Amino acid sequence: MSVKVFERPKALSDVILHYCPGCTHGIIHRLVAESIDELGVQEKTVGVASVGCSVLGYNYFNVDFQQAAHGRAPAVATGIKRCLPDRVVFTYQGDGDLASIGTAEAVHAAMRGENITIIFVNNAIFGMTGGQMAPTTLIGQTTTTSPGGRKPERAGRPIRISEMLSQLEGAAYIARVATFNATQVARAKQAIKKAFQTQVDGKGFALVEILSTCPTNWGMTPNEALKWQEENMLPVYPLGEFKIEPGLPRSSGAAGSAAKTTVPTREVKTE
Amino acid sequence: MKGNEAIAEAAIRAGCRFFAGYPITPQNEIPEYMAKRLFEIGGSFIQAESEVSAINMVYGAAGTGTRSMTSSSSPGISLKQEGISYMAGAELPALVVNMVRAGPGLGGIQPAQGDYFQATKGGGHGDYRMVVFVPASVQEMIDLIRHEVFEIAERYRNPVMLLGDAILGQMMEPVTLPDPVDPKSLPQKTWATTGTGGTRKPNVINSLFLDPELCEKHNFRLQEKYRQMAEREVRVEELNMDDAEIVLTAYGTSARVAISAMKRARAEGLKVGMIRPITAWPFPGEPFRRAAERVRAFLDIEMSAGQMIEDVRLAVMDRAPIYFYNRMGGMVPTPKAVLEEIRKIDQMVKRDELGGRSGV
Repeated sequence: MSVKVFERPKALSDVILHYCPGCTHGIIHRLVAESIDELGVQEKTVGVASVGCSVLGYNYFNVDFQQAAHGRAPAVATGIKRCLPDRVVFTYQGDGDLASIGTAEAVHAAMRGENITIIFVNNAIFGMTGGQMAPTTLIGQTTTTSPGGRKPERAGRPIRISEMLSQLEGAAYIARVATFNATQVARAKQAIKKAFQTQVDGKGFALVEILSTCPTNWGMTPNEALKWQEENMLPVYPLGEFKIEPGLPRSSGAAGSAAKTTVPTREVKTE
Repeated sequence: MKGNEAIAEAAIRAGCRFFAGYPITPQNEIPEYMAKRLFEIGGSFIQAESEVSAINMVYGAAGTGTRSMTSSSSPGISLKQEGISYMAGAELPALVVNMVRAGPGLGGIQPAQGDYFQATKGGGHGDYRMVVFVPASVQEMIDLIRHEVFEIAERYRNPVMLLGDAILGQMMEPVTLPDPVDPKSLPQKTWATTGTGGTRKPNVINSLFLDPELCEKHNFRLQEKYRQMAEREVRVEELNMDDAEIVLTAYGTSARVAISAMKRARAEGLKVGMIRPITAWPFPGEPFRRAAERVRAFLDIEMSAGQMIEDVRLAVMDRAPIYFYNRMGGMVPTPKAVLEEIRKIDQMVKRDELGGRSGV
C-alpha cells in the first residue's frame, strides 16, 4: 500500500510555471501556497499580482486575484482589505516593483499599519524587462543600465527595504530570508507563514523579503546563481527578523541575527 | 447645500462605501465630508499618500464589488490617469470626480474647462472610453450620482467620470436629497474578488493579455461595450430649439452663463436656443445634426481654448457656421459678454446670408 507523503499545495494551481530555470519564484510560490493551506484560509484569500516576472501569479495561485499596475499593489491591497477586513489579502512583488516605482505605496501601507501581507522577492535586478539596474542592485553589479557595474557616485547604493520599513510603527512583522539552500528555504517558509499569521491575528502590516535569483539576467547557471546569492547578496542584505510586534512569538529557527528592533507604539492624546 | 458636499452625500446615498483621495483645491470638501460620514455608516475612507495611490485603492475596492469613488482636480486627475486606464482595461466600475481648475501645470484654483479632451478622449493610455457627465447645477450632480453614475458604471463594468469645476463645487444651492439605497440590496457581483468561499473557481481581475490575439479580442469586446454606451447613454438638454435661429452650446458652468444670455437675447426678440450636453462622452451629436439643417449659426461657449467645439464641428459638418467665445485661466464668461457675441453673430449672419457664409 502506498502512502502519499508529499503533494501539490491546494492553493497552487496544477499548471506549469513560466519562470526561467533556476529562478526561485517557483519555490517561493510553493511556500506561499503551503502557508495559505496550513492556515486554512484559501477560500478567503485575495492575492494581488504586481508587474514583473511574477505578473502571471494569478495563473498559479488557486485563489481570487487582482492584477495591479507597476508598484501599486499595496494600494490595491489596501482597497481590498478595507472593504473586506475579514479576508486574507497579500501582494507578491519584485524589487523593481516594490523598491523602485512602488516605494511610496509600500512605505505608506506600512505606515498605516494595513493588515496585509507583502511577499517581496529581491533578486537585485529588473527581471522581466531584461536585466536593468534596480535600486537593490549591488555595488559593482553589471546590468544593462549599469554596464560597467553599479557605481555609487552615479547610481547610489542598494536600498534595504526591510531595515527601512522596520523603523515604521505601523509595521508588525518584517523579515528577510533567503533561498540559496534547503535550510534557508525552510526558514523562509516559517517567515512567510508568520507573515500571514500576523494578518490573520489582526496585528497589522507584515512583509517578508526573500532573496531570490535571476540566472538569466545575472548570466549564470542556476547553481552559480544560488552561490552568488549567498556570497554577494547576504553581506548587503543580512537575514533576520527586523520587527516583531509584541505578543507575536519568535520563530525557533529564525534565520540570522540581525537587529531585533521593536519600536513601541505611542499614542498622541488630543483634547 | 455646497456642491462638493452634495457630491459626497449623493454618492453615499447611491451606496458608495469606499472613498480614497488626496487633498487638492478646489474639491477638498468631498474627502472632508467622506472622512466624517463614511465611518458612521460602515464604509471606509482613506487619505492616500498620492493621487496615484488613491485611484489604485479604488481599483482594489471596486474589485471587491463595493461601490467606490475618488475625487480630485485637474493636476490630480492627470496622476490618476494610469489607474483609470487600468480600471477600463480590467473592467472595474467606479466614480471618478474631477472638479476642474485652471491649467496647464499647476495653473490656478479657479474654475476652468480645460480637461475636456483629457476626460473624453482618453487621458490615459490605450483605446478606452468612459461616460463623462458634465452637470450644470448642484441638484443635477446629486441626481446623476444617485440615479445614473453607479448604475452605468456597473452595467458596463467601467469607470464613469463626473466633470465639474471649481464653481459647481463651491457654490451653494437649495437641493432635494434623494432616498438612500442600501448597498446590501444591490445585486451580487459574481465577478468580484471576495475570496472563493469554496463555492466557485477563483475570479481574476486583470488587464494583461500577453497573447496579441487574445488582447485584440479583449479590445474588440471593449469597443463593442463603448459602442453600446455611445448608443444608450447620451444625455442632453435642448432649450428653446423649436424656433431657434442661433444655437448656443455649452456645458457645466459656462452653460449656466449661456442660459442667462439666451434669456436676455430672447427678451430682445432674438431667436436663440441652446443644446446643453449632459454627457460630454458620449457626445450628443444627434441634436446638433438635426439643428444644423435649419439654424443660421451655432455659438460654442467654453472656459477652455476650444475643446468641445471639435465634437460640435464633427456633428455639424460645415452645414452651418460655428462661432466661438471663450475665457480661460480661471476667468468665467459673463452673460453680458455672451449676449454681445450673440448680437454680433446675428448681424454677421444677416450680412453673410446676403453675401456668402463664414464661420470660425
